Amino acid sequence: MNFPVAEPLAVAIIGSLIMVSVAMLLTFIRLVRGPSLADRVVALDLMTVQAVGFIAIYDIATHEPVYLRVAIVLALIAFLGTIAFAYYLERRGSQWGPQ
Amino acid sequence: MGTTVAVWVAAVLMSIGSLFMLLAAVGVLRLPDLFTRMQASTKSSTLGAACILLAVAVHFGKLGITTQAVLVVAFFFLTTPVAAHMIARAAYVSGVPLWEKTVINDLQGRYDAQTHTLTSPPSPSQDASEEPGPSS
Repeated sequence: MNFPVAEPLAVAIIGSLIMVSVAMLLTFIRLVRGPSLADRVVALDLMTVQAVGFIAIYDIATHEPVYLRVAIVLALIAFLGTIAFAYYLERRGSQWGPQ
Repeated sequence: MGTTVAVWVAAVLMSIGSLFMLLAAVGVLRLPDLFTRMQASTKSSTLGAACILLAVAVHFGKLGITTQAVLVVAFFFLTTPVAAHMIARAAYVSGVPLWEKTVINDLQGRYDAQTHTLTSPPSPSQDASEEPGPSS
């Protein structure tokens, strides 16, 4: 792998990309398995935060800071989606009562 | 010399942030309960993202990129607690079960799911009249 960065940073980039990828995989397992809907919402929220981190590492790896704006927008959308899911969960719970 | 220090600082910050993200994912996968899982996910993922974005700011070292990275970090620090609070509240209202070894549940019987109101705990004077204190 040839990154346009110094040697210790290239090693850290490869290690960090592997760690964040494994983290996304583990979170995806929780997203599939999650017993309740709230577990899945938490897992999805965590996956978007990990995607922001992945984009940031990719910025450093390619020495191309344009993708940081994608990270900003992704963080905004993730917050709005989580709030919408929480609102929906609470309305549903009050309508059907505690399980 | 300055660039070398910046490279090492960025590498260390990025590794720490990725490690925290991995720990958050392991906690979300392994912990027994929704609320303990949220405890793992919200705090350590926020710290991990903050460390990685600070590594971006250190690596590029330009004012515009540093501003954007600090903006994302501040946004995460503001929004993650709010989102976690709303999900936890919605999950508790919709009846997500707690872990069977849970020690204390302060909301037990005090939250009305129909009206979304919280009745206050009994006052200390009533507690003292109903049951003897720990000294006696």
